[in-house]
Amino acid sequence: MTKLAYERPLILKMNAGLMNKFGTRTEYEPVKQIDGMPVKRLIETYGSPVFVISERTIRTTYRNALRSFTTRYPKVQFAWSYKTNYINAVCNIFHQEGSWGEVVSGFEYRKALGNGVPGNQIIFNGPEKTTEELELAINNDSLIHIDHFEELYQLIDISDRMNKKPRVAIRVNMDTGVYPMWDRFGFNYENGTAWSALTKIVASGKLNLTGLHCHIGTYMMVTNAYTIAVNKLCDLAWNCKTQLNTVIQYIDMGGGFPTANDLRGAYLPAKDTIPSIDEFAEAITSALLNYGFSTAELPLLILETGRALIDEAGYLLGSVLANKRLSDGRRATIMDFGVNILFTSFWYEHKISPAQDFTHHTEDTVLYGPLCMNIDIVRQTITLPLLNRGDHVVVHRVGAYNMTQWMQFIQMRPNVVLIDEKGQDHLIRSAETLEYIEQMERMPEYLAPKPPKGA
Amino acid sequence: MRLKKNIASSESGFIFNPGTGDSFSANPIAAEIFLQLKDGNAVADIKKNILAKYDVDTNVLEKDWDDFNAQLREANLLDI
Repeated sequence: MTKLAYERPLILKMNAGLMNKFGTRTEYEPVKQIDGMPVKRLIETYGSPVFVISERTIRTTYRNALRSFTTRYPKVQFAWSYKTNYINAVCNIFHQEGSWGEVVSGFEYRKALGNGVPGNQIIFNGPEKTTEELELAINNDSLIHIDHFEELYQLIDISDRMNKKPRVAIRVNMDTGVYPMWDRFGFNYENGTAWSALTKIVASGKLNLTGLHCHIGTYMMVTNAYTIAVNKLCDLAWNCKTQLNTVIQYIDMGGGFPTANDLRGAYLPAKDTIPSIDEFAEAITSALLNYGFSTAELPLLILETGRALIDEAGYLLGSVLANKRLSDGRRATIMDFGVNILFTSFWYEHKISPAQDFTHHTEDTVLYGPLCMNIDIVRQTITLPLLNRGDHVVVHRVGAYNMTQWMQFIQMRPNVVLIDEKGQDHLIRSAETLEYIEQMERMPEYLAPKPPKGA
Repeated sequence: MRLKKNIASSESGFIFNPGTGDSFSANPIAAEIFLQLKDGNAVADIKKNILAKYDVDTNVLEKDWDDFNAQLREANLLDI
């Protein structure tokens, strides 16, 4: 006789009072597959936890976002933000789609070169660029975005020595009405530092001022901030033309567009509050088109969107290690993934779906990771069906930042798998091993383990 | 593990404690255990029934039983 499916016994107190207007239950259907590939099979093949990336979602998201801008503005170029996800296979999907590379370190710069990005299509951002890295970027005719005066003078010296005139832009920070203001990067607009930097660049005669760059924040929830930013950059561009006799060829608006991930502490779900890419595109392109440039003078619009292009395409598959009840009666579930690999759980309430059938009974649960550290909390509270040890879950929208900010801490980092447009799976980053972790370590001879005496 | 005598329950999983006015909903297996406890069945017999009827091994049931016991105690439904 076939036995019935088991679910652990549960009673829930029924509370009379005001209804929760958002309800409590969020998951009605299990997520058993990703792009047609069964979750169970992915875990059997690649282990648990495992990151899974949907190539189809990346390409669709990219094309939709690009279309939002190109249907509104004649000259648009996307540059893939390497720090958001610099697994080479992921970068190359964006490069195949036509994206340039936007890097913020020599390490990322060399990754972009290795991925075949032409040097003149690499934007080199960030506060730290060594002399060797700047020389490399100059030789490759990359777009160097200057972050501070030290770098500006360093670049003038290098250019003089190399007898080359690199293409440069400055990063501009400004008040767009959004706080905190990201004024640690670049030169400030309001206090005149940005204009001072621009005049010094032109006066040096050693640098080819070609662009203006800003990146006003991250997970921006208002489009008006971009309108303000565009107008301020256009002011600078106009002044460069009229006062410095230098035409600004491109305006790089950076990134900062949000995804549908809910921020911790947010009252309303993100999908109800965040503007669409179309709305951001409308704000940015309208401000550019309405500023007063003639059609021939319109600068190239560069966007370094990262999060909004990759988050949706990333999934983390994991399994339940254990259930326990806390001292105050709350249920706790321990997963085999934690903040070590799901770094974004520090600021997102990630959507998490069971990957197998479940009943309509649910329980409020604290979701812990496997680390022996008190900070390892994936969700402070989540309403989930009754999960048992070994059950699988799917964490949604994890494509941005997790595969770059993840930590090798206590546990090693897992496999990353790409599902191509035909539904085939490809391992694109192997799980770490003890040998991999220890290959960088060196042991002083006097500390090396010795064979036991008499052995 | 003995339920308070005045606790009312139904097969559909509704539980009512007239002493406190609290009501609870139970999932099917909890409702089944609850009714067997009310009938005065021994804990060992109830576990045996569950193991025979459901796809669960002894260790999992033992762990979940302890947790269920804690839930009933927390809900003030046990005669301690």
